[in-house]
Amino acid sequence: MFSHPATPDDVRVALAEQGYLPDDGIAMSVFLAVTMGRPLLLEGDAGVGKTELAKALASWTGGELIRLQCYEGIDATQALYEWDYTRQLLHLRTAEAIGVSATDGAALEDELYSDRFLIRRPLLRAIGYDGEALPVLLIDEVDRADDEFEAFLLEVLSDYSVTVPELGTITAATPPLVVITSNRTRDVHDALKRRCLYHWVAHPDLDREVEIVRLRVDGIDEILARQVAAAVAAMRDLGLYKPPGVAETIDWGTALGKLGTSILDETTIAATLGTVLKYREDQDRVTEVGIDMIMAAIEGA
Amino acid sequence: MPEVALTSTAEEAMRTPAERMAVGFARVLRGVGVSVPVSRVTNFVEALTRLGIDQRDHVYWAGRSTLLGDPEDLTAYDRAFAVFWEHRSATGLSVQLPPITITLATDAPEDDDGDPDGDGQREAHGPTLRVRYSDVETLREKDFVQCSDAELAELHRLMGSLKFTSTTRPSRRLVPARKRTRRPDLARTVRRALATGGEPIRREFRATDRRPRRLVLLLDVSGSMEPYARALIRFAHAAVVGRTRVEAFTIGTRLTRVTRELTSRDPDAALRGAAASVQDWSGGTRLGQTLREFNDQWGVRGHARGAVVVVLSDGWDRGTPELLSEQMERLHRVTYRLVWVNPLKHTPGYAPLARGMAAALPHVDEFVEGHSFDSLTRLAEVISA
Repeated sequence: MFSHPATPDDVRVALAEQGYLPDDGIAMSVFLAVTMGRPLLLEGDAGVGKTELAKALASWTGGELIRLQCYEGIDATQALYEWDYTRQLLHLRTAEAIGVSATDGAALEDELYSDRFLIRRPLLRAIGYDGEALPVLLIDEVDRADDEFEAFLLEVLSDYSVTVPELGTITAATPPLVVITSNRTRDVHDALKRRCLYHWVAHPDLDREVEIVRLRVDGIDEILARQVAAAVAAMRDLGLYKPPGVAETIDWGTALGKLGTSILDETTIAATLGTVLKYREDQDRVTEVGIDMIMAAIEGA
Repeated sequence: MPEVALTSTAEEAMRTPAERMAVGFARVLRGVGVSVPVSRVTNFVEALTRLGIDQRDHVYWAGRSTLLGDPEDLTAYDRAFAVFWEHRSATGLSVQLPPITITLATDAPEDDDGDPDGDGQREAHGPTLRVRYSDVETLREKDFVQCSDAELAELHRLMGSLKFTSTTRPSRRLVPARKRTRRPDLARTVRRALATGGEPIRREFRATDRRPRRLVLLLDVSGSMEPYARALIRFAHAAVVGRTRVEAFTIGTRLTRVTRELTSRDPDAALRGAAASVQDWSGGTRLGQTLREFNDQWGVRGHARGAVVVVLSDGWDRGTPELLSEQMERLHRVTYRLVWVNPLKHTPGYAPLARGMAAALPHVDEFVEGHSFDSLTRLAEVISA
């Protein structure tokens, strides 16, 4: 059962139980977001675990994870609510077929804009959530949406209420826990940032990454986990186009587990490099220049 | 200033509530150039009241979550934190505070006549200058290197009149369409149907909208570009102010994002700011290196994707040509159009022999001049086309 954390340490313990190992910064941001009821804006490289955090939070609170994936051109009808026009048209047709007289026009209109024709999109579902547990609203990759959408988001997030002209105002009984992620392909507007607590999610340090790999990859032994984490850490120092994130480390660990590898050597690295590095140039760089550094890191681990 | 806060912290820590500490810390942060709005300070106060100020890590992370909004501010935050909360030495701070004034002005002939009295000098040259003023046509074609300060000032004013329109691309946003398309607009159809007693007589349609492409300006401010940098940053300023979705960076010595400085503040201050952050001015041009930084941190992640990217540089690079070539290729792969502006191109007999320029050229869509106001006007057209 979810209870409000009293210290950032409570957050750390609770999230660890859900399979997410936060560092001090994340634990503190989540603690403040929960206690102060503020949205949490997470920025960081792809694959550092921003979306995972939201998922872990939802399984911690026991509430629904309501996800709004942003993309260019997203607007209120996809984020908030939309009327089910096809059914409305059908309803009009039916009314006509069974012969509704002109005096019933107003009643017909009321019927058309009633709850049964309302399609609830993520924001409305999060605000009108009537479950027991605290829901988590994940607004993913907000930088992909247009600036105008941010202004709209700001309005919804500042008082957690939504007005549907035909139905009235819906206010959240318990405001959801809001997590907003951005990959920083453009700057999120200051006004939105100001509403939020902010955390820049960095790559985890070696020990934490070893723990993460052991937690997320079934049956991996500690030696291999440590070698994988050390190799990835070394890769991040090579100045690659896309330094691997935690997600790649876990993928790699899983791949090695499937292959039955127990010790990481040059041949295995070369064979499985595609799970960690997704640019040809990066792979070349590792096989040509970086392999010695990586092997040294593995031996030191 | 940090001193104010510093003297007050030690004794007051005993009796002041978290509020005063928080406000004091916010002032130190602002002193090192981090923008901290009041609402963030209130958040910090609220966080501190819950957590207390007795644990270093709590205060540190609470401050980071509530006061910051940009990863670029992390270093400044760490320094300010060390000074304010841990009373460590302020050496790191003083470097940041006074902007180093590096004169990027061209050598105007007036400067060489040894007259120490600046005002008298300007008076003496007044009449000649006025003649030049009226001769706008000549001025427009004049190389920035040969312009006097007054002429440059006049050109800077002219740059405000440059027209920047945007190249557009199809957007995913749907807008109501007049003509029939393949996307019915059910919302409008239903609303209209209500007016005709529930009979959908007229069908409505939607079509995709068009959006402006992002424009990214990469301005080389290394030593060899000095004579042009000041004029070109004015050009960047005019672009940032003149249209939406523009990003500006300085490259050459160190990658610095100057979009924010250019939107509101004095463009000269922006250039000075960029210059001040350069540690080794004479260390030579690192075009390939800074381009790489741009690609890694901004470009390939999204800023340059589908954008019109303009590199303003003379192509002098002290690094390896392979690196520059590789990074230009990488940039070219994600951009819509890659334009290189070289102020030296107009020189009679110019050939792109500088190693950097030769390496970059195969990956450039358009190679244009940028030495005078007229050439910049043409550049504005190229960007808009």
